[in-house]
Amino acid sequence: MRILVVGGGMGGTILANNLARRLAGELRSGKARITMLSASDKHMYQPGLLYLAIGRATPDELYRDQRSLLEPGIEFHVDPVEQFQLDKNQVTAKSGKTYAYDVIVIATGSRPVAEEIPGLAQNAEQFYTEESALKMFKRLQQFQGGRVVIAVGVPHKCPMAPLEITFMLYDYFKDRGILDKTKIHYTYPIGRTHSLENVAKWATPEMERLGITYETLFNMKEVDGAKKVVRSEEGSEAAFDLLITIPAHRGMEVIEKNGLGQRGFIPTHRHRLNMEGRDNVFVVGDTTNLPISKAGSTAHFEAEALAENIAAMVKMGTPVRDYDGKVFCFIEAGKDRATYAMFNYQNPPDPKAPTRAVHWFKMAYNKLYWASARGLL
Amino acid sequence: MTTRKLVDARGSFCPGPLMELIAAMKAAQIGDELEVLSTDKGSANEIPEWIHKVKHEHLGTKEENGVWHVVVRKAK
Repeated sequence: MRILVVGGGMGGTILANNLARRLAGELRSGKARITMLSASDKHMYQPGLLYLAIGRATPDELYRDQRSLLEPGIEFHVDPVEQFQLDKNQVTAKSGKTYAYDVIVIATGSRPVAEEIPGLAQNAEQFYTEESALKMFKRLQQFQGGRVVIAVGVPHKCPMAPLEITFMLYDYFKDRGILDKTKIHYTYPIGRTHSLENVAKWATPEMERLGITYETLFNMKEVDGAKKVVRSEEGSEAAFDLLITIPAHRGMEVIEKNGLGQRGFIPTHRHRLNMEGRDNVFVVGDTTNLPISKAGSTAHFEAEALAENIAAMVKMGTPVRDYDGKVFCFIEAGKDRATYAMFNYQNPPDPKAPTRAVHWFKMAYNKLYWASARGLL
Repeated sequence: MTTRKLVDARGSFCPGPLMELIAAMKAAQIGDELEVLSTDKGSANEIPEWIHKVKHEHLGTKEENGVWHVVVRKAK
């Protein structure tokens, strides 16, 4: 069986490695073959960008060579796919080469699209790329006080990012001694401070305790750079000296250009993870249209379930388990405390009070990630 | 031509039904109807609240076997 993995991010990498271990014998005998196509020979630990943006990580800490993360049996090419010919069970990549498959896994991820809101990209800082995170940190270093507004687009990668950056900025300004000259104003698209009700129940009094103001039901409509205000679809506006955004995301352009899903998100079966209407096309990570968090842990747990199923399909002709919607997110509550939320389709999270221990576990996970990507953790 | 799009947010704790609807609105055309499926009772109130605030149209809400169906129309 020829298995083609498109995308070398967290989902694609964990899936390929997990699968390679499960199919070690089949790979040796030639009964199975795993090929990965990626746009880059580098693998980025994307959650690290949050720390880069406040000066608590350097860029080199976020990267490894993609080949170094992959099991030896995986054939790897830096050759991004340009055309998906699903009816022919093949793709055509940038090099012009065609790759045929029996099973394909699409894990191309998502991208921030601040440019969709007029004035946002020109007037806001963000941290979803290395370049923008570094720019944000340099801006923070120059900041001497004023009104800081956090504005959030939908959908976005990492559902905890709005809260994390807010609380981490609070500690950053406090450490610099400019908190008394700084006012932090948090906005959020729905009627509470976080989509997870139990997280909002913790975060709202925490903001009130710290003097962080908040406005809910605030969906960005436009940013007026001259007047330094961000206006909402709901009719309100927030004045800023420094605007930090968690921008809306879309799936990758190649998904949209090939007509695989609106705004780049592929309609996906919530348990089997196959593309709706296709039995040999699977989707993991941000690329799905599933109503769950666009987060690394989502990609991780989906990849584990899917690897087990594809391996079972090779060995016995049928998948063996359903993905249950599992997500696990750390929540940084400042510079030295954190908590976490774990949930699935059936069970909501019940986050506990933040502790130093969970923060240090998150710090450890930032290094352990590389074992996770290799499929070892 | 008006179409009705299904937004299946059953079992969605994060981002949740309203966030799913806000995202789906971006892909919809003016006049399109969207039907949100939610297993969260709170959605039956918070979706119409947001819809009214941003001046779209709330066409109706019903509950069937523990699933709330909230139908809205993109008006602008």
